[in-house]
Amino acid sequence: MTEVADKPASPIDRYLTAFEAVEKDSAGREPSWVLPLRKAGMARFAEQGFPTTKQEDWRFTNVAPIAKLPFLPAGRSDADASALDRFPFAKLEGSRLVFVDGVFSNDLSLLEPQADGVVVASLAAALNECPELVEQHLGQYAADESNSFAAMNTALFTDGAFIHVPDGAVVEKPIRLLFVSAAAEEGATANVRNLIVAGRNSQATLVESHVALNDGAYLTNVVGEFSIGENARVEHVKLQDESKEAFHIGALHAKLDRASNFTTHSIALGARISRNNLRTNLDGEGLVATLNGLYLTAGEQLADHHMVVDHAQPHCESHEYFNGILADKSKGVFHGRIHVHQAAQKTDAKQTNKNLLLSDNATIDTKPQLEIYADDVRCTHGATIGQLNDESIFYLRARGIGREKARQMLMHAFAGEIIDRIACEPVREELDAIVWDRLDSDLHLKDAED
Amino acid sequence: MLEIKNLHAGVEGISILKGLNLSINAGEVHAIMGPNGSGKSTLASVLAGRDGYEATEGEVTYLGQDLLDMAPEVRAREGVFLAFQYPVEIPGVNSTYFMKSALNEVRKHRGESELDAVDFLDFVKDKMRLLELPENFMKRPVNDGFSGGEKKRNEIFQMAVLEPKLAVLDETDSGLDIDALKTVANGVNKLKGPDNAQLVITHYQRLLDYIVPDFVHVLFNGRIVKSGGKDLALELEEKGYDWIIKGELQNA
Repeated sequence: MTEVADKPASPIDRYLTAFEAVEKDSAGREPSWVLPLRKAGMARFAEQGFPTTKQEDWRFTNVAPIAKLPFLPAGRSDADASALDRFPFAKLEGSRLVFVDGVFSNDLSLLEPQADGVVVASLAAALNECPELVEQHLGQYAADESNSFAAMNTALFTDGAFIHVPDGAVVEKPIRLLFVSAAAEEGATANVRNLIVAGRNSQATLVESHVALNDGAYLTNVVGEFSIGENARVEHVKLQDESKEAFHIGALHAKLDRASNFTTHSIALGARISRNNLRTNLDGEGLVATLNGLYLTAGEQLADHHMVVDHAQPHCESHEYFNGILADKSKGVFHGRIHVHQAAQKTDAKQTNKNLLLSDNATIDTKPQLEIYADDVRCTHGATIGQLNDESIFYLRARGIGREKARQMLMHAFAGEIIDRIACEPVREELDAIVWDRLDSDLHLKDAED
Repeated sequence: MLEIKNLHAGVEGISILKGLNLSINAGEVHAIMGPNGSGKSTLASVLAGRDGYEATEGEVTYLGQDLLDMAPEVRAREGVFLAFQYPVEIPGVNSTYFMKSALNEVRKHRGESELDAVDFLDFVKDKMRLLELPENFMKRPVNDGFSGGEKKRNEIFQMAVLEPKLAVLDETDSGLDIDALKTVANGVNKLKGPDNAQLVITHYQRLLDYIVPDFVHVLFNGRIVKSGGKDLALELEEKGYDWIIKGELQNA
C-alpha cells in the first residue's frame, strides 16, 4: 500500500498516486496481461474523472461527496470470525468467500469441496492458478468507457470473487460472497472485482452482501462481470447493507447466451449514497433476464438503480421490477432503459417501478425509457408513486390491529412483492425477516400528523 | 350496550347526522333503513372510527365508556365490529397472518393467551365451514381477487372469529345473489347470542327476511324519524320511504 500525497491538486491525482503502487505491485504478482488492462482503466478514469449531474446518466445523483473524499486505498484490516455471525446469511450452508476491505481473507472464508472444474476462489488467486481462464473473461463484459467508476475499478481493483461453473455443472448450495468493511477512516476505498462464469447448462446461486463493522464514510466500488452460458440458470442476490455514512457504487455487467435464465436481485438498505448500474446484454435467442430490486431509504439516504437492458436477439424476455419505500428526506432514483435492437423481434420486455413515499420530503426520480428498433415486440413500462392506502390501514385497524403494525404490514406486503421473487428459499426467508425488522426500526412508521 | 344521544356528525365539514338517538341492549337485533343519503353509512363509519368522520355534538356510550374517544383498533378490541360495505383488497397480506394478528390483539386485550398458528387454524376451521369458505381461503391475500360474495362472506367470517359484542353490518346484503345472501344471513344468525347485539344497516328489506330484527328504525336526513318492530320493514317494502319522508317534511 502507498502513502497518500499531501494536498493533491485535483481529486484524480490521489488515484494516480495509488495507481503507481498498484502498477509496481502488479509486475510480480499478476500475469503480464493484467497491467495493460489496468492502465487502460486508469487512463479512462483520469480522462473522464468523476461523473457530474450535467451528465444525463447521473442527473439525479450527485457524487460530489465521493469526489471530495480523501481517497485511501483500503488496507488489510482485521475482522474476527465471531464478528461475522451477526451479518445476514451467516448460517447458510455452502461455500463462503470473505473479503475485508477488499482483501480476501482465507481464515474467514469457507471453501467446501466442489465438483470437478468448479472454481470458487478469490480473483487474485485465480489470476495465478488459472490465468488463461480468467483472461478469456476479465474486462470483456464491463464496458467501462461509459462509467468512470468501473474504469477506476479496472485500474485499482484489489480482489474479488472468481466463480467458474463449467458446462453441465450444478452447484446446489448458494455461494456466498461477503464483503465486509472494517475501515474506520473517511475515504477508505475498496475496489472489488467479481467475475462469474457459468458454462453451458450450468446452474448456480450467488449471494453477495456488502456490510460494515464500523460507521465510516468509506467507499465500496464493486464491479461484477457475469458470463452466462447457453441454457445456464443463475440466480444472483445482492444485499447492499453498508454503513449509513458510506458510499456504494456497484456495476453488474452480464452477457447472456441463448436460452439462459439469469435473475439478479438488488436489495439496497444501507449507504448514504448508493448507485447500482445494471447492464444486461441479451445476446442469444429465447433467454429470460429478470432484474428485481427493492430499496428502503430513510434520513438523507439516496438509492439509485440504473438499468440498461439490451435486447440484441429475438424471442427474449426481460422483466424489471423495482419497489422503493422512502422515508424522511431520502431520495430514490430509478432509471430503466430497454433497448430493443432491430434484430430482436418477438421481444417481451416489461418494466415496473413502484414507490411508497412515507414523508412529504422524500422524493423519487423515476425514468423508464423504451428505445425500440424492431417492429414485432411487446414492451410495457410503468411507474407509480404513492402513499400507504388509508382505507387499507383503517380496515386493519377496524380488526384490532394497531396503526403502526398496520402500516408495517402494508409496507411489508409492498416489499414482499420483490422479496417473493427470490427463488432460493433460505435466502428469501432471511431477507424477508431483515426487511420486516428494518421497517420496524429504521423507517419512520408514524404519520407526519401524529 | 350502546347509547347514542343527540349525535351530530359529518365529514369534511358537511354535517350528515343531525341529532341521532338510538339505544341498543344486549341480545337485540336492530335494523336501520333509509333512503340513499340519509346517513346510514356515516353512522357505521362514526361508530367504527373511520378517519375524517367527526362528531360535533352529542355522545356515544358503549358499555359505559365514551366510544368516540377510542382509536379504531381499541374499539375493535373492546368488541365493536364493522362489516364493511366495501371490504378492502390488501394484496400481499396473507389472510392467516392478518386474522391471527387481529384475533391475538383482541385476545390480548381480553387478557387471554395468544394462539399459535396451529391452534389458530384449529379455531377457525368450524367458522370457515359456517361461511362455506374454500379450503385454500386462509392462504390467499386478504380479499385479493375475491368475488363480491366471497368478500361479504369473509366479513362475516371475521366477525365469527373475533366474536364481537356489537356488530355493525353496513349494507352486507348489497350486491349479493340469493344464495350468498342466505349464507351470510345464516352466519349472522348463528352468531347471535344473549350477550351480543347486532346493528344491521340496509337499504333493502330483503335481508330482513333472513335476519329478523327486533327493532326497525328509519333514518332520514340524519335523524331516526320512525321506529317500530319487524313489521315496519314490511310496510316500508310495500309503501316505500315517501310516506315517512313526506310526514317528516311537513313537520319540519
